Amino acid sequence: MINIQSLNKEFESRVRLGIMSILMVREWVEFKELKELLEITDGNLASHAGALEKNDYVEVRKEFVGKKPRTTYNVTRLGRKAFTDHLTQLEKLMRQS
Amino acid sequence: MAAEKYQDDLTAIRSMMERSSRFISLSGLSGVAAGLIALVGGCWALYLLHQQGRDYLTASEMAYSTAFFTQLFITALLILILAIAAAAYFTVRKSKRSGLKIWTSATRQLLVNLFIPLIIGGICCLALFYHGQLQLLAPATLIFYGLALINASKYTFQEIYYLGLLEACLGLISCFLIGYGLIFWIVGFGVLHIIYGILMQRKYR
Repeated sequence: MINIQSLNKEFESRVRLGIMSILMVREWVEFKELKELLEITDGNLASHAGALEKNDYVEVRKEFVGKKPRTTYNVTRLGRKAFTDHLTQLEKLMRQS
Repeated sequence: MAAEKYQDDLTAIRSMMERSSRFISLSGLSGVAAGLIALVGGCWALYLLHQQGRDYLTASEMAYSTAFFTQLFITALLILILAIAAAAYFTVRKSKRSGLKIWTSATRQLLVNLFIPLIIGGICCLALFYHGQLQLLAPATLIFYGLALINASKYTFQEIYYLGLLEACLGLISCFLIGYGLIFWIVGFGVLHIIYGILMQRKYR
């Protein structure tokens, strides 16, 4: 039987997995680019990114370029560890089944 | 069922990591096109030299006329412009076909990392030219181009790394075989590009 308890609940959604996998290989990615890569709506991305931020898995930087606000995301050390653990668990589960 | 979902998750994660960090629109055909242009251009330069009655292969120090220099310089410039244009054309075409974005920050990183060694090398080549060290021009372009590819390979296909190594090695060898520079140049920029392009085209079609 697969032990699903060992998986991190915060990464249940595909969108969050997507955000994390992009941030793992990149530094400070813009909201707009994340949105395009994941092909999701503004609201969807904002809420999932917000949830990740609340867990301190990602850090958010808001700044102004001219008059336009720009939001960029980066993974925190905690987030990196949590996601790596999650991946290890996933892979372990795959091997068991 | 759950296992399948996790398998899907893992696949999605891998593809997202790949897609967001690397520039994967680089077309094999662009390598072939650039190689062909370099091949033709290089042979044209050889022909020009022979026409001058000067054997590039054995000659060491000779005075060239300004007009002849201009001819060679224009040839080199044409090769450069045509090769870049062809590479850009096939790459843009490929990414349009596969519905990928071209101008992402992965692209920017690729270009920045490619052009830093290239520009440094270009200026160094101008210095060589200025001091009349023409026999070292071809080796230098090969070496710097190779280093540029190695540097840029982090942001695109891994194969670019090996192409870069080969180019740089060719350049180093030709440093010691002064006089055969143009031949090495044709092999490096022409033949290697074509072989590389065909390999990539077959692998990633």
